[in-house]
Amino acid sequence: MSAPSGRNVLSGVLLGLGVAAFVDEVVFHQLLHWHHFYDKSTPAIGLISDGLFHAFSWFATIAALFLFADLRRRGSFNRPLWWGGLLLGTGGFQLYDGTLQHKAMRLHQIRYDVDLAPYDWTWNIIAVLLIVAGTVLLVRARRRPA
Amino acid sequence: MEPTPATSGVLSVLLLAAALGYLTGAVVVRRRGGWWPAERTISWIAGLVAAMAALVGPLADAAHHDFTAHMVGHLLLGMTAPLLLVLAAPLTLALRALPVARARTLSHLLASRPVRTLTHPVTAAVLNGGGLWLLYTTGLYGAMSDHAWIHVAVHLHVLAAGYLFTASVIGVDPAPHRPGRRTRAAVLIAFLAAHATLAKSVYGHPPAGVLPADARTGAELMYYGGDLIDLVLIYLFCRQWFQAADPARRNRPAAPRIHAVRPPRVLWRLPAEFPLEGHNARDGNRVSN
Repeated sequence: MSAPSGRNVLSGVLLGLGVAAFVDEVVFHQLLHWHHFYDKSTPAIGLISDGLFHAFSWFATIAALFLFADLRRRGSFNRPLWWGGLLLGTGGFQLYDGTLQHKAMRLHQIRYDVDLAPYDWTWNIIAVLLIVAGTVLLVRARRRPA
Repeated sequence: MEPTPATSGVLSVLLLAAALGYLTGAVVVRRRGGWWPAERTISWIAGLVAAMAALVGPLADAAHHDFTAHMVGHLLLGMTAPLLLVLAAPLTLALRALPVARARTLSHLLASRPVRTLTHPVTAAVLNGGGLWLLYTTGLYGAMSDHAWIHVAVHLHVLAAGYLFTASVIGVDPAPHRPGRRTRAAVLIAFLAAHATLAKSVYGHPPAGVLPADARTGAELMYYGGDLIDLVLIYLFCRQWFQAADPARRNRPAAPRIHAVRPPRVLWRLPAEFPLEGHNARDGNRVSN
């Protein structure tokens, strides 16, 4: 993969992570209050992983937008590659959150005091759909370079 | 502890001296026929005002019994003031204002090994984050209100470590041996993560002597207020990369970050004059700062 196409995917993936984090913060924390700012049941490692993810997602969002501006000024922006990266980034993070963080490490859950099964399935199926859509875009973009 | 007039007096004199020193430098540079951007001077004064608001006056008084007010002060002293002071480029000003021999001594000092170690992002992040960690997770926060000298020392450390950290990551002053952008990005992310983690743990485990409800408001303020300033830090960091990576720059020497003489201002340009591809030759008078 040449440098500009790598950068297109990278910019998309980073923005995808940022979007996933933003949705998590705004929709689940601020609007629905499904997540708590901090409940004492959260293990210490959960707090650290939360903090790291939070910091990285801020950085990823802004870096992705500057990378995007850089691609535009060089005239090497590639729309399908960028969108493919974005869907892959969003879905990839959501699947990691839904399987490893929620289930394997039990750091936190989507919401509390309800039957989790429908939430978990919805969350992870959406994640897989996003990953599939992103992969299809990337494969098609590489077969037929713009 | 109610702040003694002596502590407030010492801190006020230090801040006033910093303001006078900087203004003298700017006047000296102009008298010599040089140029110093007004926005840098404004940034320096605003940074000192932010620090002053945290150290002396009604907010500082309230901070002694109100953790939320303390946290507003922390955001001003440890994050806002350092950012504004760093953007004011005091070392660049000093190098231009000082007599040549003194300026040379200063630049040798900046390049020396101890300064190099101290201003490394990792050292600066440990000093900055470690200090905060000690403050909120040990008895230090309580001790601060019993001893005036601990009070002053903690505040000076927060300001100095904040400055050191900000300068090591997004400094505009010359820094010999500044590490690469990857290192700085990694340290920035790690520090922001530590700040957010600390804010959340203060929420759950208030420092001794702070009521839980007060600690929660303060912790949320630390977390979300920290986020706002972090966004500015990350934005400035990425913009520096964006400007340095400009393909149009490749064939000409990088312009100094702060011009010695006032660069001609381009007030407006026709759309056709904007370099779309970045490969077109640019007019030489683009303002880079």
